[in-house]
Amino acid sequence: MARPGSKRYTGYLLLAPGAIWLGLFFVIPFYSLVSASLFDPNGSVLTGYHVTYHVANFWNVIKAYHGELWRSLWYAGLATFICLVIGYVLAYAIAFKAGAWRNLLLVLVIAPFFTSFLLRTLSWKLILSDHGFVVSTLRNLHLTFFMHNGHLLNTWFAVVAGIVYNFLPFMVLPLYASLEKIDGRLIEAASDLYANPFKAFFKVTWPLSLPGVVAGTLLTFIPAAGDYINAQLLGSPSGRMVGNVIQSLFTTTQDYAGAGALSVILMAVILVMVLVYIRRAGTEDLV
Amino acid sequence: MSPMARAWRWFKEHLVLGLGLLVLVYMFVPIAVVVLMSFNNPGKSKNVYAFKSFTVHNWTHACQPAGMCHSVVLSLGIGLLATVIATIIGSMAAFGMVRHEFAGRSLANTVIFLPMASPEIVMGSSLLALFVATGFGGHLGFWTILIAHVMFCLSFVVVTVKARLTGLDDNLEQAAMDLYANERETFWRITFPLALPGILGAALLSFSLSFDDFIITNLNAGQSTTFPMFVYGAAQRGVPMQVNVVGTVMFVIAITVVLGNEINNRRQARALATG
Repeated sequence: MARPGSKRYTGYLLLAPGAIWLGLFFVIPFYSLVSASLFDPNGSVLTGYHVTYHVANFWNVIKAYHGELWRSLWYAGLATFICLVIGYVLAYAIAFKAGAWRNLLLVLVIAPFFTSFLLRTLSWKLILSDHGFVVSTLRNLHLTFFMHNGHLLNTWFAVVAGIVYNFLPFMVLPLYASLEKIDGRLIEAASDLYANPFKAFFKVTWPLSLPGVVAGTLLTFIPAAGDYINAQLLGSPSGRMVGNVIQSLFTTTQDYAGAGALSVILMAVILVMVLVYIRRAGTEDLV
Repeated sequence: MSPMARAWRWFKEHLVLGLGLLVLVYMFVPIAVVVLMSFNNPGKSKNVYAFKSFTVHNWTHACQPAGMCHSVVLSLGIGLLATVIATIIGSMAAFGMVRHEFAGRSLANTVIFLPMASPEIVMGSSLLALFVATGFGGHLGFWTILIAHVMFCLSFVVVTVKARLTGLDDNLEQAAMDLYANERETFWRITFPLALPGILGAALLSFSLSFDDFIITNLNAGQSTTFPMFVYGAAQRGVPMQVNVVGTVMFVIAITVVLGNEINNRRQARALATG
């Protein structure tokens, strides 16, 4: 939408600082990461690291950590599905039922962001602890099949619950954005034409909200797959996610080659899944 | 419509709203716990995950845990600087992309979207790989954290400001030009004030992203400790209750800012409607 008379290079000049920053500190680092993944695995901080095109790094980390990789995708997928279900209810309620309270409720959706992510996760540790009301209620109801010896903490359930909680706003906001654009008269028309509420929902509302569903699931799944805070604070040491492994390879063992290779694999797996998903969902404009 | 159908319909309408509110309550439970625990006196007990007795000690001796207030100051400093830099260069990019024509638009869009679509652990480890490769591996600290924070805030700023700009009616700008305002006047008197709410929203978002970040920061911080890193380190040993004071204060400030803005908007809308 250029106005006549706008100078030809102004656009580039305005874009330049941001583009340079992202180029230097986002695009080029990817190159460094890929080359780190091809380091000689015998390098160390003292002897230096050398690119030796040591492709075996990839096989080694897959062999050693495929369990964590698979667990991350599985936890992230499950958490994304739960977020979609409860996030849809909330986004729908705000978009269609909240009336004048819409903006206030939207503010409340992002409000949890303002207490630290780590503090909120630690709160869950308290809520799910053995003395907490959740565990005692579930025990009284004999709903213990997903608990481990009557504990909730340090189980996959606690980790997935933490991920769901922490990434829910990323699901709700894009869902709301696309639900809000739907013309309510379309839904009325469907019920005028004798569609029952369920049919009206699945034939009208759901298809029209698909862009929000795609954006929301991506914005939830991707960070969730790389997250390790929830697994660290709420899970057990045997239930590590791939993020835990990458972080400890980098900071504790300083195995930059292995950590780099695992990061590249994680990114590649996510990219492939996202591309397949977008193609199947049939949407292209994400931003 | 029969009374039964009417009742059913009423129930159904409020069912969705009720369920939605339940989800919101769920989102606030952990925050209530943070506020509650800021008044907890764990006493001699090692179990910091249970409320024992009420005290205001944590509030009156907020800086008692060694290093905590220092980490808060570091996080605030990085948060403010990263917000200013990311908001300025991100808003410029958004103006450039919406209001000017240039080749390579879709490439720019992709590069801006990618950081939001990459797991933090991958972005953090790539940056660390770059710093190590260029010999800055031993100089990790304030500046490397700042560079990382500006990087991941930028995309969110561009997307937020762009959304605001594309929603604006460009007839206003055309009108200003027709009335012989030059480009600079048009920009500062029309475009910029209209875009300001989007820019402020982007700044608020940047600050909260920066203040809250752990994964990328932890990889690139070296010996520096930001507040989330302090909490993480403390979680391994036993968390001092004072971290909940910081959480509560941040939450109250942010809610005040956002709600104040909302009330102001409502007042303005009412003034426009009646005036």
